Amino acid sequence: MVNIADYAGGQPAWCPGCGNFAILNAMKKALVDLALEPHKVLMVSGIGQAGKLPHYTKGNVLNVLHGRTLPAAAGAKIANPGLTVIAVGGDGDGYGEGGNHFLHSVRRNHDITYLVHNNQVYALTKGQASPTSDVGFVSKTTPHGASTMLNSLAVAIAAGGTFVARGFSGDPDHLAELIKSGIRHRGFALIEVLQPCVSFNHRNTNAWYKERAYKLEGTSHQAGDRFAAMQKSQEWGDRIPIGVLYRQERPTFEDEFPVLAKGPLVKQAMDPAQVSALLDEFM
Amino acid sequence: MAVDINIMVGGEAGQGVQAAGFIIAKALARYGLSVFADQDYESRVRGGHNFFRIRAGDGKVGAISEEVDILLALDQLSVDLHKGEVSSDGVIIFDSDKTNVGPGKRALGLPLERTAIETAKNKQSANTVALGAAMAVIGYDVAALKSVVLDYFGTGESGPANADAAARGYEASRAGSRWGIAKQASPASAQKRMMLNGNEAIAVGALAAGCKFVSAYPMTPSTTIMEYMAGKADELGIVVVQPEDEISAINMIIGAAYAGVRSMTATSGGGFCLMVEGLGLAGMTETPIVVLNAQRAGPAIGLPTRTEQGDLLFALHASHGDFPRVVLAPANVEDAFWLTVKAFNLADEYQVPVIVLTDQYLASSYATAEGFDLSKVQIKRGQLLSEGDPSKPEHYKRYEITASGISPRAFPMQSAAPVVADSDEHNEEGHMIEDAETRAAMMMKRQRKLEGLKKEISGPRTHGPPQADITLVGWGSTLGALREVVDTAAQHGLSVNLVHFAEIWPFPTEAANMALRGARRTFAVEGNPTAQFARVLRTEMGHQVSGAILKFDGRPLTPAYILAQLRKEVA
Repeated sequence: MVNIADYAGGQPAWCPGCGNFAILNAMKKALVDLALEPHKVLMVSGIGQAGKLPHYTKGNVLNVLHGRTLPAAAGAKIANPGLTVIAVGGDGDGYGEGGNHFLHSVRRNHDITYLVHNNQVYALTKGQASPTSDVGFVSKTTPHGASTMLNSLAVAIAAGGTFVARGFSGDPDHLAELIKSGIRHRGFALIEVLQPCVSFNHRNTNAWYKERAYKLEGTSHQAGDRFAAMQKSQEWGDRIPIGVLYRQERPTFEDEFPVLAKGPLVKQAMDPAQVSALLDEFM
Repeated sequence: MAVDINIMVGGEAGQGVQAAGFIIAKALARYGLSVFADQDYESRVRGGHNFFRIRAGDGKVGAISEEVDILLALDQLSVDLHKGEVSSDGVIIFDSDKTNVGPGKRALGLPLERTAIETAKNKQSANTVALGAAMAVIGYDVAALKSVVLDYFGTGESGPANADAAARGYEASRAGSRWGIAKQASPASAQKRMMLNGNEAIAVGALAAGCKFVSAYPMTPSTTIMEYMAGKADELGIVVVQPEDEISAINMIIGAAYAGVRSMTATSGGGFCLMVEGLGLAGMTETPIVVLNAQRAGPAIGLPTRTEQGDLLFALHASHGDFPRVVLAPANVEDAFWLTVKAFNLADEYQVPVIVLTDQYLASSYATAEGFDLSKVQIKRGQLLSEGDPSKPEHYKRYEITASGISPRAFPMQSAAPVVADSDEHNEEGHMIEDAETRAAMMMKRQRKLEGLKKEISGPRTHGPPQADITLVGWGSTLGALREVVDTAAQHGLSVNLVHFAEIWPFPTEAANMALRGARRTFAVEGNPTAQFARVLRTEMGHQVSGAILKFDGRPLTPAYILAQLRKEVA
């Protein structure tokens, strides 16, 4: 029996009122609901305020470099597919520094869950524009305003994503359900989470998101329809959809390797004599 | 050496220069000769000019000769470019229908393409016809050549057809039996030997060492390592991934190694540049990884298919901040195998990144080798929290401070203990910290690993007389050429010995001091313009070399070149 106390961790160093608290709680709730024990969960995180999250709970942690969460998470998953691997990072980490990894991890469909805390700003470095900042967002590094924002969900659908979702830190129960669905999904589950940055983003505030966010559940949206999903991904303005935009089943990256069907790599024997036949081929 | 045969196959990319060179090298190896062969190719798929040089002898052959006994010219350009390298009793074998050799050298013209079409129904087999002719010139029978041809082309249609082509070339050449070369001799033994190149030796070494995960991005001259391993992956139970870039490659292997699997990546200098950040991550998180850098001529794109020893100081210093690392530079294919095994062991035992530095010359040169005794391959994983150990889980500290600096490793899901690894400075539990005291303690813990590591590093090899007027100092792939210089120096009135390093970092200061004590004049011999290793000697042991013989034109250091430069230096 797993309970919330099993996921108790260190004291967060986030600002009071930060959306990260709700995301952390939603994640803990999801893990408890799925009865996953902490030692079977691996959280791989990047750098930024979001990247600190694994330190504030319990489980295996690999806190890596800015933007490099996904390759490290993929490597760990291939080595031991028995691990529930959750990658965590912010918008700058995942879509800026890690953009290339994002594109190709989605395409390869590694069986991992990726939480992108999207506050549309670089917070840890104190307030610069991010790839998802609203057009015209003025910061110290973008005095003339930010350029067009990256539509990350549209990119994920186009890149062959199999689970593309958006949550909101202001609705933690809904978010916990999304995280559960993402973990259960066989394949790459992208869950972007809208969250306010109380210190550096005074434009996209909690109230701003709350006014606009509406749930796809209960609407006529068909998550299995790629074109409908692409259309939904274009909605950003007076109304912003949250929930699962797109979902599809296809073989995971790990499914491509017959050796992994025999059990985790980490459990397989290492025997130098195995290469004896290879040496003969050089004769 | 009583037997010392030098063959060059030259032609355009796409004419089968590589195949022909490989086949005749292997055929000579099957006669019991020691063989060394290097490849010179351009960064293109068709056309241009490539050549493959083979040297075979009855002693240990470790380098290429600049003089050619048999030139197999598959096109006119090969004659024009290399005629001058053919020895006085050497022979040029060429296509009499297409190529003009001119006066000055002995030349054996045969209708190579016509014969290929008659026998193998394919003009592409002209190279095989030429190989048959070469065997006759050497004075051997054609049996070994035919057996290698069959192995190479398979037993379908093309194997026997090419064997016929080889036999026709052989007969045609024997018809004019006056073509023998002076160096011909009967084979030393008929014992089978391995023949493989540096990349193959690295790949097999990694597989023997239990490497289960490879993530690498294609980059000449390293690519054949991942290709070879991918080809064997299902058979050996490993996973090989080609990710989006080298940054992803190194971060993937860090993830896999963290999860408990022996992991490596392979690249060349430009890719290694992209991996530098990840190298520091492995250093900080104390994750064991093996990074192979097959050096090519830099900087930037440089000469993609050509050799250089230009990344030494870069490998020693790559990434910001201080952390212990190991740098190994194999001297030949045997080293490539054994030092790869050692790389995996040191990585695991000391939880550090290990860099294996080869170069295009070693990577793509073939050499015969005595078999690798697999019973001597030890897999040493270092201190691990034992499987499922119930005594510790709740207070497991990934970065426990110890006298050796090594904290016992645990893998995720090995026990109920969560494993916390962090790129931020961290406490013993692996959680990020900011305080000065913990930072200093952790830095010292990591640095302490160097003390143990230093004892693991073997000192330099020495060769030649204990006392000599000149001591050559080299590292990495130059060993074969340098040994030959030492062995032939006396003929040129020079007294020369050698100190050669294959295990470079942590620098084996004591052993290096012993080896260089009493040296009168030292010359660094290196494939870079700034004598990078000489700088290491200066900083690590205060040794100032008397001079340097350097080459940085993308071509390998040959015995003839080194000797010529040395004679100029001491004249």
